[in-house]
Amino acid sequence: MKNAVGREIPDYLLAGGKEVYQGKNYMDGKYIQKASPRTRRYEKPQESKLVDSIKAALEQCGAKDGMTFSFHHHLRDGDYVVNMVMAAAIEELGLKDLTIAATSLGNAHDPIADYIEQGKVIGIQTSGIRGRMGEVVSAGKLKTPAIIRSHGGRPRAIEAGEVHIDIAFVAAPTSDCVGNCRGIGGKSNCGSMGYAMTDAKYADHVVVVTDCLVDFPNMPASVEAIDVDAVVVVDSIGNPKKIASAAARISQNPRDLMMAEDVARVIASTPYFKDGFSFQTGVGGPSLAANLFLERYMDERNIKMGWAIGGICGPMVELLKKGKVGKVIDVQDFDLDAVNSINQTPGHYEMSASQYANPANKGAFVNKLDFVVLAALEIDTGFNVNVLTGSDGVLRGAPGGHPDTAAGSKVCIIVTPLTRGRMATVCEHVVTVTTPGDCVDVLVTDYGIAVNPLRPDLIECLDKAGIPHVTIESLKEKAYSLVGRPDDLQWEDQVVAVLEARDGTILDVVKKIKPYQG
Amino acid sequence: MEILKPAVAGTLESSDAQVTVEPGGEGIELSLQSSVMNQYGRQIRQTVLDTLARLEVRDAKITVVDKGALDCTLKARVECAVFRSCGASASGIPWGGAVR
Repeated sequence: MKNAVGREIPDYLLAGGKEVYQGKNYMDGKYIQKASPRTRRYEKPQESKLVDSIKAALEQCGAKDGMTFSFHHHLRDGDYVVNMVMAAAIEELGLKDLTIAATSLGNAHDPIADYIEQGKVIGIQTSGIRGRMGEVVSAGKLKTPAIIRSHGGRPRAIEAGEVHIDIAFVAAPTSDCVGNCRGIGGKSNCGSMGYAMTDAKYADHVVVVTDCLVDFPNMPASVEAIDVDAVVVVDSIGNPKKIASAAARISQNPRDLMMAEDVARVIASTPYFKDGFSFQTGVGGPSLAANLFLERYMDERNIKMGWAIGGICGPMVELLKKGKVGKVIDVQDFDLDAVNSINQTPGHYEMSASQYANPANKGAFVNKLDFVVLAALEIDTGFNVNVLTGSDGVLRGAPGGHPDTAAGSKVCIIVTPLTRGRMATVCEHVVTVTTPGDCVDVLVTDYGIAVNPLRPDLIECLDKAGIPHVTIESLKEKAYSLVGRPDDLQWEDQVVAVLEARDGTILDVVKKIKPYQG
Repeated sequence: MEILKPAVAGTLESSDAQVTVEPGGEGIELSLQSSVMNQYGRQIRQTVLDTLARLEVRDAKITVVDKGALDCTLKARVECAVFRSCGASASGIPWGGAVR
């Protein structure tokens, strides 16, 4: 069946009442029955929940074949915990038919590709999928299609019982002996632990893995001892150098700066740019640089930002310290400046993934967002964005909070160069739709700005401010005139990944790629 | 033109292509690797063959390792490798003739 972004979804995926994507806010007002975990009572007072090894923790939680293990990605490319746990489960306990449900996965998890090829890991549910894991899944080696969700779609699916977590593993920079966890105070700090929160509340069992045991009580706790079964102390949970970069630097690339300046001009031309406005930006070159130019417009008009959300990095913390933004609410930290600021700088708070972006709760932060500035691997003439699959059709990205912030915000701006190498970023049809075009409002490229025709109000704003803009079709033609028109990718029938919209409907599927036939 | 000795042009930098030509047997033997194979492989092959035909190269072994080069870059790298292979790279380039 064809969905609202024109993608053909195979009928067998719609068994059990799954629906295809119908457009933004389709599920509004519907009721859901929340799932509840089956948890063990620890009524008799325990001095400590420390166990000797991950293997012992798995045994205590009744780990067996066919289970779903959850992980969170705050340790980013420095994470050791996913590989450590899966090695204990598969190599020490001999478990099989396991599903990994992670908030995201990256290059740090290349060894999991082997477990997929051996058929030990048969399911992957994640936001990001990259590196060797992306390659083996794209090659059709995972037994069931991977399920890709946004950061808001994941807590929605967990709460709805579509993902049942048997054991959640919390990678904790610090923990006390009963499992109160924080993201700071240890040797592998990550700051916010927002993505772990929903997992810990909805999992049957929760195991904390830490490399820094601290005195009880470790407060204020991000994951609380009341949800934790066992605590394991290991030598290291991750490589601090890859967890958080020294400082996210603002790009010096003139092309990035030119696009960032245009982003700020567009923002400043809208009626939402007024005292107390709210804002989220990514950490990519031009997105991050937009902060710099936006600050100039704020000074010029003598207004302040009310609040900012998202993955947080140094430049946003800097604005908070200067008093130019009222509050920063943080689900994940990207650099040490942000890690060292959370719960320390007044006004810098932690939030859960559900609070950040879940479309099925009673009002996530993204719903109050005025502006979001995001990047794209590809954007097509229907304003549909792809941030998941490379131009060769292989999984190598993550929707992250992209679809959530785009849908919730009043103005969603995509900033991207028109071409990257030989690839046209603005194209006729994106390989995979990860953010539907009805949520995307403005495209800023190095060759011009385009406004979604669904937003005549924004077109008027740009016209009044004298900001030139063109049609997205003309940007696509410009791109193809530079790099040539690409051939269509060739696919097998096998679906290797299902891309869920944030509301749980099916937005797109990724099929097995057919190798190039010369 | 006749390929007299092995010659190379181009680099493995992003947006470039490295082209190697060697004397071969009968006809053109093209081996192609590209970072954008699935979407542009056919066009790259065509551009390389067209350029060789324009230079009247009929027998050669040619290896292209493409890193997302535009057509103009590919043509220039193929032309350069061919002229180097017959010692014509210092002088005697048919500017405005076969090379345009």
